[in-house]
Amino acid sequence: MRFAVPGQDVNREPFNDQIPDFHYRSSLMQTDRGYKCRITNIVPLTENEKLFQLRILDPDERNIFRFRPGQFLMLQIPGYGEVPISISSSTSNNEQVELCIRKAGHVTSALFEARMGAHVAIRGPFGSSFPMEEMNGRHVILVAGGLGIAPLRAPLFWINDHRDCYGDVHLLYGTKESSQMLFTYQFEEWEKINHISMHTIVEKASPDWSGRTGMITELFDEVEIEPDNTYAIVCGPPIMFKFVCNYLDKQGIPMNRMFVSLERRMHCGMGKCCRCMVGSTFTCVDGPVFDYWSVMNLKEAI
Amino acid sequence: MIYKVIAKPEFEKFIDALVKANLSYGPKQVDTDKDGNPIYQFKEVNAASDIAFDYTTTASSAKHFLTPYRETLSHFTFTNSDWEQDISYDSKPMVLIGLRPCDISAINILDDVLLNKHFPSPYYLARRKNTFIIGMDHLPLPDCFCKSLNHHTVTTGFNLFCSDIGDKYYLSINSSKAYNYLKEFDIADPTDEDDCKLIERRKLIKQSFKTDVEVTGLPSFLDIEFDSPIWTKWGDKCLNCGTCAMVCPTCYCYNVEDRPDIDLKGSSRQKQLYSCNLVDFAEVAGGHNFRPKNGDRLKYRYYHHYLGFAENDNQPICVGCNRCGRACLADINPKDVINDLRMEKESCMICVSPSPDKT
Repeated sequence: MRFAVPGQDVNREPFNDQIPDFHYRSSLMQTDRGYKCRITNIVPLTENEKLFQLRILDPDERNIFRFRPGQFLMLQIPGYGEVPISISSSTSNNEQVELCIRKAGHVTSALFEARMGAHVAIRGPFGSSFPMEEMNGRHVILVAGGLGIAPLRAPLFWINDHRDCYGDVHLLYGTKESSQMLFTYQFEEWEKINHISMHTIVEKASPDWSGRTGMITELFDEVEIEPDNTYAIVCGPPIMFKFVCNYLDKQGIPMNRMFVSLERRMHCGMGKCCRCMVGSTFTCVDGPVFDYWSVMNLKEAI
Repeated sequence: MIYKVIAKPEFEKFIDALVKANLSYGPKQVDTDKDGNPIYQFKEVNAASDIAFDYTTTASSAKHFLTPYRETLSHFTFTNSDWEQDISYDSKPMVLIGLRPCDISAINILDDVLLNKHFPSPYYLARRKNTFIIGMDHLPLPDCFCKSLNHHTVTTGFNLFCSDIGDKYYLSINSSKAYNYLKEFDIADPTDEDDCKLIERRKLIKQSFKTDVEVTGLPSFLDIEFDSPIWTKWGDKCLNCGTCAMVCPTCYCYNVEDRPDIDLKGSSRQKQLYSCNLVDFAEVAGGHNFRPKNGDRLKYRYYHHYLGFAENDNQPICVGCNRCGRACLADINPKDVINDLRMEKESCMICVSPSPDKT
């Protein structure tokens, strides 16, 4: 046995009994241990989308979990798998996390079967965020297409919390049909209390729709843009980025003041699995929020 | 680093002692190819006589000992309406024998990626800390191109490296563990003659490379040539099988999925190596695929290997072993693709000046 290579037990290293803190990236930790959460509320929004409110069970973990608008987390449903979901609650809400989820794959389908009180886990937060402080004192235009409103809720809540720091705020929101419009119950509050100018449009009008019909770019005729003093936040399907950002670019908003949130397949959230890679950029570590200049430099980004 | 020489029979005795005391893997002939050439793989060995010290190269790389094809990340145990997650980083010591310089370089690159970035991987760390590596130099095969990427020599990442200098091995000892084991064998300080033989050996290896891939300025070239028709041409040949990524010593992309236990009382979250050439690699919820065409995916693999890493880590991730080229069912290899990309541009009518290294 003289020549036996001695074993090294990594389990004994200190990271094993620490609460994982996903902000602290420099040392080893239990990267695959999630924070256990209870589903405290399920709000059906449309046929395919529900809002889930989660509460982290462990008070220490709940204390650690702080995120910035635009970041995402990995939602684990044991036995089914893990999916990246953008956080759509307010950063100042430390008691629960809200996730707006569309039923799209087998993990989200399993989640849609879940009842209130069920336990799931989250890992995160991961990724970059919208630079809300940088936008202080400026006008902000938020453009959302379809489910793109979900990641925009966090910056919107941030603006609501710090309303005096921003100038005119416009929310442009377009969906295919009026029945797919999310968070309609909050529109009045945002408009009347938070003084956000709401502009909505649908592609196909149904009889109960009294608003405008057309593409989201048509809404820009309702907005007066002051290019030197405006920031834009855009989220929606890839095709929408091109049209919206090109329009804003023509209006004279510099590319580094337009922010988009990209969607990619992810399996780790930590820059390891490479599924979200665009060129040499990891959407999970360097993104999902990019300024439009970076996106233009990324091949096949949108 | 400490240098010693050891006679070949004595070296076999040393390997035998090491192999008998530890879980060890070394090159073994497993089959012959259609032309009758032997096919080698790293397999478990129980005696020094099991090891083919004179092997050419293995079909698959040694990465599978550090990032296995399938690995359990965590296990969930279900109880009534709740669950518990268990994670452990268990790994037994193992000895890897006979790795080529490019294989060791590949492990160094994996260390960079998996341990020196954000969120270091504890699973990889556990395996890496428990790995004892013995490297051996070799004369390159005609299609090896590791010299182009400067991976035909290696100075770190191993415990012991052996250079063949005739009837002796010239040992580069890089760890106290290795030195302590070797102390009990008949080793000697290298003489001037041994040093000369080592230099000769290295020169011979360097001169034996028959394949050269021009990688100077390749990252910028790839960046500019993103829309080149070359990608469609090679993409049309590609079968999307993912073999290249499986045999590659540095490909580490993966997939994570939950596999319920057979008794449904638990579930394990498993990591499985994946390939960017597989159709659903970049497919998102709702069915949108960010790389829908063969050419897009093939191109991405080249971009990741030669451009992405050059930008992020100052070195391409490819080590030039050409395992992917040998294993490819459609006869695609990096040398042809990269040279084709360069030729396509350099043979156009606008920039007519010939490139000196193409003559």
